Amino acid sequence: MSSPESSPYSDTDAAPHGKARATEWPLWEIFIRGQHGLSHRHVGSLHAADAESAIKNARDVYTRRNEGVSIWAVPASAIAASSPEEKGALYEPANDKVYRHPTFFDIPDEVGAM
Amino acid sequence: MYAQMIKSTGEGVKSLDDMEPDERAFQERINAGGKIEPKDWMPEGYRKNLIRQIGQHAHSEIVGQLPEGNWITRAPTLERKAILLAKVQDEAGHGLYLYCAAETLGVTRDQLTRDLLSGKMKYSSIFNYPTLTWADMGAVGWLVDGAAIMNQVPLQRTSYGPYARAMVRICKEESFHQRQGFDIMMKMAKGTEAQRKMAQDALNRFWYPSLMMFGPSDAESVHSAQSMAWKIKMNSNDELRQKFVDQTAPQAEYLGLTIPDENLKFNEETGHYEFSEPDWDEFFDVLKGNGPCNTERLEDRNRAWNEGRWVREGLLAHAEKKRKTAIAAE
Ligand SMILES: [Fe+2]
Ligand SMILES: [Fe+2]
Repeated sequence: MSSPESSPYSDTDAAPHGKARATEWPLWEIFIRGQHGLSHRHVGSLHAADAESAIKNARDVYTRRNEGVSIWAVPASAIAASSPEEKGALYEPANDKVYRHPTFFDIPDEVGAM
Repeated sequence: MYAQMIKSTGEGVKSLDDMEPDERAFQERINAGGKIEPKDWMPEGYRKNLIRQIGQHAHSEIVGQLPEGNWITRAPTLERKAILLAKVQDEAGHGLYLYCAAETLGVTRDQLTRDLLSGKMKYSSIFNYPTLTWADMGAVGWLVDGAAIMNQVPLQRTSYGPYARAMVRICKEESFHQRQGFDIMMKMAKGTEAQRKMAQDALNRFWYPSLMMFGPSDAESVHSAQSMAWKIKMNSNDELRQKFVDQTAPQAEYLGLTIPDENLKFNEETGHYEFSEPDWDEFFDVLKGNGPCNTERLEDRNRAWNEGRWVREGLLAHAEKKRKTAIAAE
């Protein structure tokens, strides 16, 4: 199995993605909420010594053109992620429940908009 | 391009039948236009190649700030200065988007930085040329950013998700870069005789180095064939170079400037311009470190890194102290 965690690039200080190395500022994942009321969206990551400077750096790196009105900075090491291998087990329960979609039901035209 | 002469495994492209199930599923996903994400299985060659390519691209954005940074304090007006500053700041941002994409492949930021500073990793040959006059700010935006756009637009569809997303952000910002450059060229080309001469001189110096950005012909290259199968390279070098010349030649005509190539002419039959190849010996020489500014560029980056060390360590120490006081107060 090949993944960033198990096969570091040659002569890299081995450390899981997102963990701070001896000389590196920790990695933060940045989420931005735009002007139009949508949820915060992941835009990328950056390095910063602490949360306060992560937000300041995020302003400079990710909102140079008014892309957002709110910034979240989350330590990358604090993010739990689903793994691609469990895709089947995780999403299959939803696959056989087609009745969750409105198009499952045939409503006669005379009934009007529904 | 911003990533030049990237070598892949060199083994040539495998057929689907020759692949183990993991690799086959991976390649079929790419063929179907799917994206590969950081935690997905990928061949080691794909990972290594991408680290080199994205890393070199990031380094180019960072080193690319230097030739333009050279003119920020000497811009002719306050408005031009503010625009150039914003443009150079964008390039820093591009470098950061790309470093963060490379990091998802398991390389650290510090490792990439060390490899740039030691000369182990390269950046685009174009940034080893000097910017001698204000007109060069026009030529760089118009030609260098113009050439970069040719390559970056198709890379928005590259197979590696984080790289593709970084390219989308970058492309949104690039047309500002090219337009501000062309705007400078228009002012100079339609200005006084002295200004027009400066604009022509800038075009003369930047034309061939811009053509070199695409790299030598890779029609025969096994490395390029593999990269194209992996969709981390979308077009051949010749294809992009041709597109660039076709787009740029009429723009030079509009400016009333002459592209320094007596063989340049439009071929009615093919619908494309014919043009002279740049001097590839010069290109390889610049890549080897013998361009006019290689030493200066690497010295500047090394100085910035060394002199910034106390800031990096100081902020980390401060963050640590704040964390400890917060714990003690609980
Ligand atoms: Fe850029
Ligand atoms: Fe640019």
